[in-house]
Amino acid sequence: MIPIHWYLTLSAMLFVVGVLGFFLKRNIIALLLSIEIMLNAVNLTFVAFSSALGEVGGQVFVFFTMVVAAAEAAVGLALVISIYRNRETLNIDRANLLKW
Amino acid sequence: MIEYLTSVTFVVLMAKVAVIFGGLMGSLAYMTLLERKVMAAVQMRPGPNRVGPLGLLQPLADGIKFLFKEDIIPANSSVLLYVLAPVISLIPAFMCFAVIPFGPELQITDLNVGVLFIFAMTSVGVYGIVLGGWASNSKYPLMGGLRASAQMISYELSLTLSVVGVLMITNTLSLQEIVTAQAGTWFGFIPRWNIVLQPLAFIIFFISILAETNRTPFDMAEAEQELVAGWHTEYSSMKFAMFFLAEYANMVTGSAMASILFLGGWNGPMFGPEWLQIWVLPTAWFLAKVFFFMFLFMLIRATLPRIRYDQLMAFGWKVLLPLALANVVITSLVVALT
Amino acid sequence: MIVETLFFLFGAIALGGAINVVVQRQVLYSALSLIVMLASISGLFVLLRAEMLAMVQIIVYTGAIMVLFVFVIMLLNVNDDDDNTDTLRWPKFIGIPGVLFLLAMLSSSMWQVRIDPSLSAVDTGSAEAIGISLFTDYLLPFEATSVLILIAIVGALVLAKRDL
Repeated sequence: MIPIHWYLTLSAMLFVVGVLGFFLKRNIIALLLSIEIMLNAVNLTFVAFSSALGEVGGQVFVFFTMVVAAAEAAVGLALVISIYRNRETLNIDRANLLKW
Repeated sequence: MIEYLTSVTFVVLMAKVAVIFGGLMGSLAYMTLLERKVMAAVQMRPGPNRVGPLGLLQPLADGIKFLFKEDIIPANSSVLLYVLAPVISLIPAFMCFAVIPFGPELQITDLNVGVLFIFAMTSVGVYGIVLGGWASNSKYPLMGGLRASAQMISYELSLTLSVVGVLMITNTLSLQEIVTAQAGTWFGFIPRWNIVLQPLAFIIFFISILAETNRTPFDMAEAEQELVAGWHTEYSSMKFAMFFLAEYANMVTGSAMASILFLGGWNGPMFGPEWLQIWVLPTAWFLAKVFFFMFLFMLIRATLPRIRYDQLMAFGWKVLLPLALANVVITSLVVALT
Repeated sequence: MIVETLFFLFGAIALGGAINVVVQRQVLYSALSLIVMLASISGLFVLLRAEMLAMVQIIVYTGAIMVLFVFVIMLLNVNDDDDNTDTLRWPKFIGIPGVLFLLAMLSSSMWQVRIDPSLSAVDTGSAEAIGISLFTDYLLPFEATSVLILIAIVGALVLAKRDL
């Protein structure tokens, strides 16, 4: 049997890699990919706890998280397409018209 | 661990894997010959009959030809993706056979989410086409690749929904249990197959499998007359052969799924001694049904014209998807009320 | 012993894939590494006896969401990160130690989790268990997610139209 701490540490490391990617990348699509990494790390935590506690609610919540991730990816990519049409670039630093 | 690797169950498992994989590879090679012969028969010409008696050594000659062709890699393309794309297409196509029951004892593993496993593998197979089109660094493959993969993901929806009706009746996702639930007959002569209970779902499933495997009439994305050869224009020798094999393996998987889900799998009239009834007859019935569907695929290719791409997508989204949803609703009403 | 080996294998692939997403300059390779990571997380789900969720992860995440990402990357064909790295000085100096601190805090709190091992005997991973729970206890969130998907479809169509 694998102790649950191993899964939790792995998902903490994945989450941190996702946060790092979100800080360091300038391409909008790469930012969306880092968000997906963070969501998956959280999913792994939920499933690890659900398996250890014998509660099915954790896995049901993972379902909902996947649905939300799909919806967010669809709308986010639609935004990316319209940003690209207006600015010819996907660098997020160029989309700073509202900056003070 | 060593005692598991040398135990009887492991050896039997490896034997099953060897038999199924070997049989699959051999039958895929001869499927190409069968396709050419069937199309030739429909068009009233002999087909390949030079190489060996009745052309039976033709796949061998084709294999040798593929091995000896020059291996071209286009300039300015990503070599890693270009080489990896046929592999990504081929591996999920073969992995589907890990859960298909060829008989009551002849299944490599009976996952309790077997149906979902097969859908997962077909979803991953889309990437081989997308990456193959992109990595060729040329406009015809890119357009062909994007069109073919858009077609595949659109028809996956109606494919999955058409199976939901069967799942509601049988209450299980395991393929072996779906087959055993279709044993027996009503009134002594109508077999208890799911096609009798779900005819609309069967039609939707069959059309969606034609579209999923990019076969005529839905093969606009790889047709010779339209986009040169679609996403595998730039591929040569063994990589092209791998795409080819992956397409035929997907066809066999689709036929196997159609016969398991709707036509009763390895069920059929059983007679004779015990060993015949467990090892030989079920497999024979199953293979007969699979070959019936493969023959139907080839016959349809020889007779029907191609559908234009926008008609294809409109058909998938506007006709098949609402019909599949209606089938799910009606089936759930009937199951809930009885 | 097999289970520990598989855990380390899948965990290493997941972590390697995630780090590769961040490290790669071309965004298509990042997307492909993310696909590898999603597949290995599905393997970890199978090790946690959540097989239905593992298959759903492959079908939904790698088979649909990532296909959408890959399509958009190929259609827009902008593959290189614009090099504007002078805006990255502060994020790099403060961000990297910051996330390492976050990792230390998370892991130290994770290591103090104590769970009664007899609770894990219940089978929660099968489609039946999830289905029963989803359609009885969690029916309202289930219907709410269907409305959410409808909103997302309409929103994506409107935002990506060329001329409204």
